[in-house]
Amino acid sequence: MTLNHYFFCCLGIIKREIFRFFQQRSRLFSALVRPLLWLIVFAAGFRAALGVSIMEPYGTYITYQEYIIPGLCCMIVLFNGMQSSLSMVYDREMGSMKVLLMSPLPLPFLLCCKLIAISFLSLMQVYVFLLCAQLVDVDISLFGYLTAAPAIFLIAFFLGALGLLLSSLIKQLENFAGVMNFVIFPMFFLSSALYPLWKMQEASLWIYWLCQYNPFTYCVELLRFALFGQLNLTAFIVILSATVLTAVLALISFSPKFSQQR
Amino acid sequence: MGIVTNNLSFTYGKKKALNNVSLSLTAGFNVLLGPNGAGKSTLFSLLTGLTQTAQGTIHINENDLHKSKSKIMAKMGVVFQQSTLDLDLSVKQNLLYYAALHGIAPKKALINIELILSQLSLTERLHDKVRTLNGGHRRRVEIARALIHQPNVLLLDEATVGLDVESRLLIISYVRNLCAKRDICVLWTTHLMDEVESSDQLIIINKGEIQAQAQSSELCEQYNVDDIYQLYFTLTHTTEAV
Repeated sequence: MTLNHYFFCCLGIIKREIFRFFQQRSRLFSALVRPLLWLIVFAAGFRAALGVSIMEPYGTYITYQEYIIPGLCCMIVLFNGMQSSLSMVYDREMGSMKVLLMSPLPLPFLLCCKLIAISFLSLMQVYVFLLCAQLVDVDISLFGYLTAAPAIFLIAFFLGALGLLLSSLIKQLENFAGVMNFVIFPMFFLSSALYPLWKMQEASLWIYWLCQYNPFTYCVELLRFALFGQLNLTAFIVILSATVLTAVLALISFSPKFSQQR
Repeated sequence: MGIVTNNLSFTYGKKKALNNVSLSLTAGFNVLLGPNGAGKSTLFSLLTGLTQTAQGTIHINENDLHKSKSKIMAKMGVVFQQSTLDLDLSVKQNLLYYAALHGIAPKKALINIELILSQLSLTERLHDKVRTLNGGHRRRVEIARALIHQPNVLLLDEATVGLDVESRLLIISYVRNLCAKRDICVLWTTHLMDEVESSDQLIIINKGEIQAQAQSSELCEQYNVDDIYQLYFTLTHTTEAV
């Protein structure tokens, strides 16, 4: 196998994910409606009740809408990562997974391509959301758009790998929905997506510590800084380490030997 | 070129699905015949590498499946019993995806796809979604897919199950023609005896064990029976296959 083979294979997997995504138009619609509802309805209501004082990376007081933008972007990425992994469970149940396993190219490479495809779709959805967010006076500089891309890609890769790991452990589609409730919602709510952690610290110390140990908090913070053209080094290191660990575990869990043992 | 297995055994928990299966298949049309639960699908799963061998060895094209899986897969085409097509994608998208998994450039793949689809009378359905195709057409797409990368070993697991007579005949005659034209080793797994011809290499499997393996006409002679039906009944003591 030459580099060309690997290139065409990766391109083929990405294309397939894009085709599938656009075949399911409702998926794009729901991916956008969910965070837009949070932004337009939820945040508007809370805007009056909550003020966010000056904190990094913001140089001045900001509106609540502006504060939750990175969290909502990560919410899109989280849902997309989990939904794409759900498709792996579906593929396995329907038998399409066998096609992937019949490839002469190594399985870890194929799964990495799948993760790249998932990340690419997440990136696209987040940009569409950010463009919609401009309508409610959330301003992001052109530079912010550019610097956010690698951060979104890394976060999407991490959450996609997490979804992949979960999908390898779940045997039936029905079980997947249940697990989502125990993963998506705790991850999202126990993070800095909707409220700054210092506010959480004042309210409940143990929840604050749960948030501190939640990798999703670092996803949100990485993107928050990236949208301002800055790098949150701690968040970057945490997410990078979590990505490597989760991806390795996901790849191991998909190996035929491991699957057979289960 | 071909498939060789040596003392292949496999168990599901305590149930022995395959017991010391030794096979030697060369280029040509090889039929694996056996009743339901005989171990055909387990053997198929082991030959495709989807299940790892616990005991025994498998060599395909003189390569050990355990050590050179990638090399083997590059030259192996498979049609599974259960449909593995993506229903939401078109025929073309499905086939291009499979070609990509083999690292074939889209341009080159399209040339192969158009040629195979024309042979299978499916050219007009190239842009149709798989969901809109009937069972016979879907099966033909799966066969086309298994041939895109020009394999020299082709495995088909009950490829005609559930199809009408016309589709069955078309598919089996296409694979037979392919065998005649190209130096290709075909393993046709079935429980339908009318799909066996006297010139085929026949392997009869029952309760996880190979009962007989030779040209079907030779086996009929050897067991002193008139046809495949009697041969099958003699060797398996069952009337389950049709």
